This record gives sequence, structure tokens and C-alpha cells, in this order.
Amino acid sequence: MKRNNIVRLTLLSVSFLFFSCNEGVKEEPKPVDIQELTKDKPETHGTEVKEGDITLSTPLDQAMVTAGKATYELKCQSCHKLTEEKLVGPGWKDVTKKRKPVWIMNMITNVDMMLETDPEAQKLLELCLVRMPNQNINTDEARKVIEFMRSNDGEK
Amino acid sequence: MKHSFSKSLLAISLLVAGFVWLQGCKPKGTQSAVSGDAAAKAYVAPGKYDEFYNFVSGGFSGQMSVYGLPSGRLFRVIPVFSVDPEKGWGYSEETKPMLNTSHGFVPWDDLHHIALSVTKSEHDGRWAFGNANNTPRIARIDLKTFRTAEIIEIPNSAGNHSSPFITENSEYVVAGTRFSVPIGNKLDVPINTYKENFKGTVSFIGVDKTSGEMNVAFQILTPGINFDLARAGKGKSAGWFFFSCYNSEKANTLLEVNASQKDKDFIMAVNWKKAEEYAKAGKGVKKAVRYAHNKYDDNTHSATSTIMNEVLVLDPKDCPDMIYFMPCPKSPHGCDTDPTGEYIVGSGKLAAVIPVFSFTKIQDAIAKKNYDGEYDGIPVLKYEAVLHGEVSKPGLGPLHTEFDGNGNAYTSFFVSSEIVKWSVKDLKVLDRVPTYYSIGHLSVPGGPTKKPWGKYVIAYNKITKDRYLPTGPELTQSAQLYDISGDKMKLILDFPTIGEPHYAEAIPAEMIMKNSRKIFKLEENKHPYIAMGEGKTKVERKGNEVHVYMTAIRSHITPDNIEGVKLGETVYFHVTNLEQDWDVPHGFAVKGISNAELLIMPGETQTLKWTPEKAGVYPMYCTDFCSALHQEMQGYIRISPAGSNVPLLFSTGTNLPAVTAPAATEKPATK
Repeated sequence: MKRNNIVRLTLLSVSFLFFSCNEGVKEEPKPVDIQELTKDKPETHGTEVKEGDITLSTPLDQAMVTAGKATYELKCQSCHKLTEEKLVGPGWKDVTKKRKPVWIMNMITNVDMMLETDPEAQKLLELCLVRMPNQNINTDEARKVIEFMRSNDGEK
Repeated sequence: MKHSFSKSLLAISLLVAGFVWLQGCKPKGTQSAVSGDAAAKAYVAPGKYDEFYNFVSGGFSGQMSVYGLPSGRLFRVIPVFSVDPEKGWGYSEETKPMLNTSHGFVPWDDLHHIALSVTKSEHDGRWAFGNANNTPRIARIDLKTFRTAEIIEIPNSAGNHSSPFITENSEYVVAGTRFSVPIGNKLDVPINTYKENFKGTVSFIGVDKTSGEMNVAFQILTPGINFDLARAGKGKSAGWFFFSCYNSEKANTLLEVNASQKDKDFIMAVNWKKAEEYAKAGKGVKKAVRYAHNKYDDNTHSATSTIMNEVLVLDPKDCPDMIYFMPCPKSPHGCDTDPTGEYIVGSGKLAAVIPVFSFTKIQDAIAKKNYDGEYDGIPVLKYEAVLHGEVSKPGLGPLHTEFDGNGNAYTSFFVSSEIVKWSVKDLKVLDRVPTYYSIGHLSVPGGPTKKPWGKYVIAYNKITKDRYLPTGPELTQSAQLYDISGDKMKLILDFPTIGEPHYAEAIPAEMIMKNSRKIFKLEENKHPYIAMGEGKTKVERKGNEVHVYMTAIRSHITPDNIEGVKLGETVYFHVTNLEQDWDVPHGFAVKGISNAELLIMPGETQTLKWTPEKAGVYPMYCTDFCSALHQEMQGYIRISPAGSNVPLLFSTGTNLPAVTAPAATEKPATK
């Protein structure tokens, strides 16, 4: 059994816990055909950002930094500090040095896919135990968040 | 019993007879009535969607419930006219104005009928309307959010029963008075002066084409009779509205006997296009009244209530050719128009026949002045002249009729507990099935429209007696689903309902689900007390009010440590849910609060008001399981005695353990 599958199982059980608690104790768990459950469920959250979709330029685009900061304060700050300290999610210090922009972008806009397929993302879920939420940030906004992260990491 | 129509000795004996019959012929159980493939027909596999949404009135619960068909699964109870502590409806500062009326805050009502919005007499899936039967009101539910968006009170009305039926392009929903009442300046009159002083009204509530916003466009003043149910015409009859009436005797006491004296009461035919012209032409009189108009705004996430002061009243004596009466046997209840708009079915609750009227003949009789005298100055059309025919010996106690797209009608019979299928054209009874027990309303998907989807008829029953496991003296009401795709109606499912179901409508799922809203965007949140991000959270003192600008996101609230609030102050928790993902509400509750909880949808701000009465430290927490660390989503608010010198502090994550004195009352808190 590959690690991927183990993570997936953990994921499943975590989400099951989530589900069952949310619903209250209503019925006995019955044998359920998982295939049947998951079939025909369209993935609606985001489209994958590909390597070639992003170009970084130097110096930083200050307008993008400002816009990215505004998004951070509204939708990210609750869980991510700008230092290395983990809150709900990891701190952002040096995130742009540790991760590729395309990875960060997908994590923001396409989190379901990442948690399904990306081992690094899955590791983070095991660590934080809270799924990175879909904060309804589009690709353009996410790109600006990258610019803000670069600024936070000391790029000029 | 819940339906208010038992009448006269004849009626009582009929009822008794019916009851005995019901007991005697009670089918032995589901086995005898359910066909072999019933389970398969009602089965919707886990994770699969139902074919129809079923919007069902909650009756005395005051709410509207949403079921799936054919599974009968309950998806949601939409709070409408009654408070709902689970959802904070009527408890949060934002929703309290929705239940305001000219009588002040009214926490309960009785919702009887549903009208789904239509375009060209076909469902358009935009809004559902519901009536308040007790304190007369109409509510509009937005089918994008499944929430009550608007409630308008009806002036000069009492017992808003014949409501909120709808015209072909949702131009108007109507509100007819079940109780006639004194109208005008002199309201304090002896009850036994009913005949001189009591009047009825039917109100036409305009609905804005785009926004759906309602207004009381005009009212028609009528004789002091009781309006029961109503339907708009369709197609050729679209400019007309039909109201069933009882108590043409104008009794004010023991109506059971005194309102059952006459062989015939009326169906009132209203030429609403003409009434609209009269209203525009200034034929109406503006009367001083008081009524509330309440609207909910999805951007400010708040409701406003405005008291209105005037209504336009049309008096038939100034407006000729606007209304006519058609005699209809024995206190008609249902009054239903078929999909072509040609036929109007009256259901005399105590009649042995179902009369079916012809719109063409009505027009003809009006043109030829084929009258049978007048009633309070209003022409009464000759029964025989407007009658298409009668369904003879259909059953006992006909109440309501719905239609499929194949020229068939389905009438519910309360006394004989059955649905009878008959052909509209030749008035022949085609089939009958028992219901368990005492059916009131019934519904065919699209049944009141020009384009019924057919497939099922659902019975909404008043009594379940031995159908389910007993639950003490109070038993559930129920719905029953019948397959009508073949010649014979087949029972395929029973399901219990909330409250008492009266009228309901069903609509194909795809017309609604594609528009269903998932979140409220934070960027569009215009709530005056929103905290736009955790950095904007704060606690502010304004006189003796303390406003907490709070945020909630998996898995913490900010601020989660609050100190310095004093007895005598009122705390307002304005909680903004910072989530932007579907199906991640957060809840909010405080120990000992004499209020409900909040349930805050993603991107929404809601406010809980609290005036603490004892000093101490009060826990607060998220009530809606939101993540693996949901249990950690909690905090404290400290309430100190009046006059204490505890400074106002608030923080999350920085109010760390005191290192020196245990009596530390002050900690510099930053965020």
C-alpha cells in the first residue's frame, strides 16, 4: 500500500468524522457503496494552474503587492501568520522559497485537487488537521497574493 | 380536527357516516394498497438527487418545508412566519424586523398555501409565496437562497386564507379575507351588527417583475362573506380570478349551523384586469390604514420594517362589471382552474356533486346579463347558464382539485379519505384510491399551471392514527405519494411531515438547483458591523452598549477573550463568518443568554444581543460542527460588576497566563 493511499484513507476518515458529527446521530451506519456515493460529483472548485501559466518579474509589482495584502487580511490572516509560526495553517515566512508559485496558486484556488493528488499538500493536512478552505479566491487574486508573499519574504 | 368546515346536523351525520365508513372499510395495511414495484419507484440511491423539489406548507408551524420527490426526504425547513431559534430567525437583530407587524413583533403564524412564481402560467423557479392565516401577511421566499426575503402585511383583512394564489405572469398574488371584519374608522362595534358593519376584502399584491418586491396594489371591498380559496384563470381566462366563498348567510356565531343554511354559496369571479384599470383610472379611494412591509437585504444581511399608512380600495358599486357571483353548492372550498383555463372546479365541502364551470359560458352569461338576481348589489350569474356539468357521486367531502397534462382532474375527499381521478371533459370518474387518512390538500407537480408535469399526485393528510409508531397523544401528519403515470393511481410512499401540511407545490429539481446560492461574498457584505478580516475585529463601547466585531473561521473566533464589560451594559456580538466555501456555516452561542443561537452562513454577518444579569466569566462557542478542531472553537467573555475598573480588552492568542499576581485584572492585549 502506497503512502498516497494511506493518506487518502486518513482523509476519508477525517472527512467522515466531520460529516457524521455535522449531521448528528441520526441513523445507523449502513454499508454504503462508495463508488455510488462519489460518482457523478462534478469537481467545481477551480481549474488547475499549470507551470507555464505564471511568470514572475523583478522588481515586484507594488500594486499587486497591495492588492494581495488586502486579500490576505480579509481571507487568509485568520489562519496564516506572516512569521514562521503555525496558527491553523503554516506561517508564510519563506513560503515562496520552499514552494513553487504554481503549487501555492493551486493550493489557494484548487485545494480539493491538491489534497486529492499532491503528497506535500496531504502531509500538511495531516499536520494541521483542517482542510485548507476554499476562500473563493480567483486565479488573478491568487497571483497577487503570490506577489505579497514574495514581498513578505524580502524580495524587492 | 384542523379544517374549519364541519357544518350543520346534516354535516355532522355525514361526518359520522363517513367516519364509520372509514373505520369499516379501512384498508388492512400498506400491503393491500402498495404495488410490487413501489419501493423501486420511490427509491433514490444514496448520493443521488431527487427528481422534484416539493415545497410544503407547514400549517400551524408557520414555516415552509422542502422535500425531495419521489424519496420524501426532508431537506430544509425554511423559517417564515414563526421564530426559529435554531437558525436565529426572529432572534438575531438582523431578522427581528421580518416578524414586525402593525401589532408589533408577532412570533408565530399559520402558513397554509404555497404559490410558486409563474411566467405564462408555467413555473419559472424564482420565488415561493406563502400566506399567514392568522395575522394576515404574505411572504416571498427567494429560491436562490431558500430564505424568506420579504413579508408584507395585509390591511383591512382577517384570516388571510384565500391566499397567496398567483396570476399568469406573477403580476399579483391575492389575499382574500376568511373573516369579514369591521372596516373603516369605526372598529369597535357589537359583534351582532355583523350584517351592517362587517365587510370582506380581496387584495391584489403587486409583484415586481425583476426584484419580486411586493406592494398592496389595490383592494376590492366585498360583502361580509368568508373567502376560502382562490385561483387565477389561465390562457383565455388569465384576466380573471376566482374565489370560493362561504357564509353567504352572514352569520357571526355558530357558523357550523348558521352558515350552512343555504343550498348554494358562491364562487366570486373577479375581472382583475378591469380592476387594475379602475385602480389606474382613479376609481379607488385611498383609506388610512397601518401595515408593515418587511424586506431582507442579502448585501447588508439585515431586514428593515416599514409601516405603511395608506391603501387603495375599489368599491364594486363604483366599478361596474368588475365582480360577479356564481352560485356553487354547499360552502365551496377548493376553486381550481384547469390547465386550459376553460374549466373552474368548485368543491362544495358538503355537496354530493362537483360542479365544473365553463369560462366561455361565464362570459356568455355576463354578455347576456343572464342573472339570478343580485347579492348586495353584485350580479349573481345563473347556475345553469355557467355550468359545464357536474361530476355526480364522486365521493364525500370534496376539497381540492389538481390536474395532470392529459385532461384528468384529481380531487381530494376528506370525509371518504380518497383521491378520485376524473375526466374534465366528460366528467366521468376514472379511478379512486384510499388515503391514510382524511386527506386535505393534494398536489400534482405543476398541477396549478398551464403545463403540469404530472407523474405523481401527493396527498397531504390530516390524520395518521395507526400508520406510524405511536408518539403519545400527538401524532405526525403525513404525505403520501401516488404514481399517476398509468391509468390507475398507485400508492408508492408514505412520509411524515412537519407541522400540518396544507397546500404544496412540486417543481422539477433542475429548475431550482442550478440557481442555488452557495456563499455570500465577503466583498459584497455591506453590514454596518462587519469585521472585514480578522485584523478588523474590535470591541467598542458606545454609551451603555458594547459592540463586538467578531469573526469566525475554522477553527477559532476572534476575539476569543473579552474583558471589561460591566453589568448594566448590553452586548452586541456581530459575528462575521469569514469562510468562503459552500456548506461551512458557523454557529455562535453564549452560556446563559436569554436568546437563541446564531447560525452564520459563509460571508454573512449576524448579531446576537445580550444583556448579562450576573457578573462572571461566560463561555461562548461555535455550535455547528465545522472542522476537526471544532471543539476548540471557543472563548470567554468576562462580565464585571457595574462600576468596576476592569479595562475593556479583547484578543485572540495573546492573553497568556498571568505570571505574577493571581488577581491580575489587566493584561495589555494586542491582536
